[in-house]
Amino acid sequence: MKDLTQLTAKEINSGIKNKQFKASEVMSSFLEQIDAKDKELNAFITLNDKAMDLANAVDNKIASGEDIGALGGVPIAIKDMLCTEGLKTTAGSKMLENFIPPYSATVVNKLEQSGAIVIGKCNQDEFAMGSSNETSYYGNCKNPWNTDYVPGGSSGGSAVAVAASMAPISIGTDTGGSIRQPANFCGVVGVKPTYGRVSRYGIIAFASSLDQAGPFSKTIEDSAMVLESICGEDPFDATSSANTDLSFVSSLNNDLKGLKVGLPKEYSDGEIDGEVAAAVETAKKQLADLGCEFVEVSLPYTKYAVPIYYIIATSEASSNLARYDGVRFGHRADFKDKPAADLLDFYSRNRGEGFGTEVKRRITLGTFTLSSGYYDAYYNKACQVRRLLQQNFTDTFKQCDVLLSPVTATPAFKIGERIADPITMYKNDIFTTSTNLAGLPGLSLPVALHSNGLPVGVQLTAGAFQESHLLNIAHKLEQSIGFKGEIHS
Amino acid sequence: MIGDWKPVIGLEIHAQLNTESKMFSNDSTAFGQGDNANISPVSLGLPGALPVVNKKAIENSIKTGLALNCKIRGTSVFARKNYFYPDLPKGYQISQFDKPLCEEGYVEFHINDQVKRVGITRAHMEEDAGKSTHHGDYSLINLNRAGVPLLEIVSEPEIETPAEAAEYARTVRQILRFLDVCDGNLEEGSLRCDCNVSVMKKDATEFGTKVEIKNINSFRFVEKAIDYEIKRQIEVIESGGEIMQETRLFDSTKNKTYSMRKKEQAHDYRYFPDPDLLPVQVSDEWVSEIKSTLPELPRDMAKRFQQDYGLPEYDASVLTQEKSLAQYFEQAAKESSNAKAASNWVMVELQRELNDKKIDIENSPISASRLAQLIQLIDKKVISGKIAKKVFAFMLEDDKNPEDIVKEKNLVQITDESALEKMVDEIIASNPGQVEQYKAGKTKLFGFFVGQAMKASKGQGNPEIINKLLKSKLG
Repeated sequence: MKDLTQLTAKEINSGIKNKQFKASEVMSSFLEQIDAKDKELNAFITLNDKAMDLANAVDNKIASGEDIGALGGVPIAIKDMLCTEGLKTTAGSKMLENFIPPYSATVVNKLEQSGAIVIGKCNQDEFAMGSSNETSYYGNCKNPWNTDYVPGGSSGGSAVAVAASMAPISIGTDTGGSIRQPANFCGVVGVKPTYGRVSRYGIIAFASSLDQAGPFSKTIEDSAMVLESICGEDPFDATSSANTDLSFVSSLNNDLKGLKVGLPKEYSDGEIDGEVAAAVETAKKQLADLGCEFVEVSLPYTKYAVPIYYIIATSEASSNLARYDGVRFGHRADFKDKPAADLLDFYSRNRGEGFGTEVKRRITLGTFTLSSGYYDAYYNKACQVRRLLQQNFTDTFKQCDVLLSPVTATPAFKIGERIADPITMYKNDIFTTSTNLAGLPGLSLPVALHSNGLPVGVQLTAGAFQESHLLNIAHKLEQSIGFKGEIHS
Repeated sequence: MIGDWKPVIGLEIHAQLNTESKMFSNDSTAFGQGDNANISPVSLGLPGALPVVNKKAIENSIKTGLALNCKIRGTSVFARKNYFYPDLPKGYQISQFDKPLCEEGYVEFHINDQVKRVGITRAHMEEDAGKSTHHGDYSLINLNRAGVPLLEIVSEPEIETPAEAAEYARTVRQILRFLDVCDGNLEEGSLRCDCNVSVMKKDATEFGTKVEIKNINSFRFVEKAIDYEIKRQIEVIESGGEIMQETRLFDSTKNKTYSMRKKEQAHDYRYFPDPDLLPVQVSDEWVSEIKSTLPELPRDMAKRFQQDYGLPEYDASVLTQEKSLAQYFEQAAKESSNAKAASNWVMVELQRELNDKKIDIENSPISASRLAQLIQLIDKKVISGKIAKKVFAFMLEDDKNPEDIVKEKNLVQITDESALEKMVDEIIASNPGQVEQYKAGKTKLFGFFVGQAMKASKGQGNPEIINKLLKSKLG
């Protein structure tokens, strides 16, 4: 039989529906793959021990002629930021080492309603704070193209799960590039939807005004299918959007003639790896062949994106992470031998032990930027510049339909190379953070292999709620590039 | 002695809005449900849980803002107030900071025969915290109250005496209860009152350092706590000391305030707009819609009672203390067509009985209609006022019409002149000594004869006829 782990989600779903193979066969193939590869890659923190039972239940439905849904029988890996009822959810942190949520995120519920089966929970940077997966309490996740390299982050495990065919699709979260960057490093598709498209209910918050969940997949079409399942207004998330344009799959093959592709001037400034720039050129040439036109655009405020991102994200995080106090759930220090001196000591020990270095660094930064006397100079100023940046994008999308740019300036870097240098690490987010600050949809599409053997992709960014446009362009581009993300080890 | 010192007092009243569900979740707000019964991921502050605004709470807040003569902001913002406490599940309280829903209002009330107006700086929405209880070496947390909607009403520092402070608080409570947005129960904590107190020299231009007093659970204690605090502050300053900015608690058994937290321990709450919640947009249409549903407010009602029913100001203000009482009175007044009598019966007889038995007016054993019937029986001279009190007592016991009681108990007034004449004759005949004295000029004895006649008629004789008969017979 064909290797089922190489199939797309669409192929898996239709194969099960057409009785070419069973959901249980699909599930065991992926579980075997995990068994074979994940000791080294460390993409999963927890596997769902009910996954096989759920696959069998799909087979029973097929046998009795019931509908199994658009993602029926498709295994899906979920970043450990999303609460899964009854299944441990750690956020990559010691703080939540034993946290079993009593409820599921809306995204997880929606995926399950579409028939998808959660195969396991993916490794990530602690509380999604990191760009390399090295801040995870559960150890480095490794890049399957070369295990000396980082998979990117924070959704590293979700990217690796798909890249190494341990799951056909997965879910990550993207606060400043945490889907697009690891997708780029691992040679898979990663989509961050418009802010408000996907409910944040049940997703552990890092920075509430920036966080957005989205899919990883081998094809744009699979991501479009997942997005159709997870997008939509949620009464449990006040910031979710009522926008009902969810015709992502049906728009994939629309003609691109006359579409205008914007090339941000600022995104070609600075130190961009030659082969990364070449990948952008390749994409540009293909888009030109598809009938697209090009226009140079300017986004002057994007040069402030990284600093304002790190002010806003850490400010929000300092407040979002206050609930991890060891009172109701989460890590509690051992007070048996040494009782807490007072309430402050109780909190300090719980939080001091439960959080890792990067999380502490960001909580400290955010606490500072919100402090009385500094609020106006930092948080408030950052919010003002954010509005100017948003206006930049609004104006730009009057001139073009989509922006084409690199995802990161370089392909994946080596494990350990940047972890001691947070500023260099933060700069890695230079092309991705503006998208979150402006609340726009963006994606990462693999284009080529770098001479160092690691994949290189491009980033496409569209106006708010223009996912169908974005996916349409990416799908046509993907087809004409013909990059095959197969890893030969 | 206050001397040339002037107290400056401002109040922060936290009113629990009586919505069915919490401020930011579907969790019930029902009281007495058992510990941690009214909770969900949102109330627990579980990872990933998000707040969603309860529209009813906003509506009730707008209602209150309008009744407090406030401006309602078209766009108001929820902000996070960050601090750690075990009964604050998220590590922050969702409140409003620089853009509150209601601003710049005022309330008016009567005190010392004058109308006092106190400005309302703001009224903003926020969620309540949970409740901690301490048991020796461990503590327990009940989160039933966590997330219950509160409206914090902040007055301007325009209150000048402890009595004014208490009266201001009573007035706000009265308005909240008229609006039916808060039950105003201080003991259960659905209304909480923090007082900011400072003193300054009468000719000074700058306020003194203020002290906040918390934990006051009755209006009487508001007065006592502030009174104590003013005296304490003057004493400290006059003996060369300095007032520290601090939070103090009131001990009602000792009638004293004591320090809870100094300013150095004060929090930097790091307020910032809550990114989980969109700004609250309130359209002019919505405000006018709510305005059109506002009930008549106590002061307006009291004025109307004076005008429409000719009540004295005192009666009107007593009867409008509670909406249900006012409604009871008004029904009795209308149905009896005798407002003054209705007012007297409600204020004296009925209130006394209800207070004795600790019954709310809503559960009065005598309905307003029956009280009106009773008044009419008096006015139609079926019974005398004295007998009416007897009937009233029967009505408290038995769920019956006053008319039926009068018939059953044979309490109808005797207006038959010949029957009464017979009684009067007998009294004159059997009291020759008193008759003699009366005729000799001791006219005060007239009352004695009336009393005897009433007694003989078991109180049922028509007093006017008895008077008339006695006058003619005694000459």
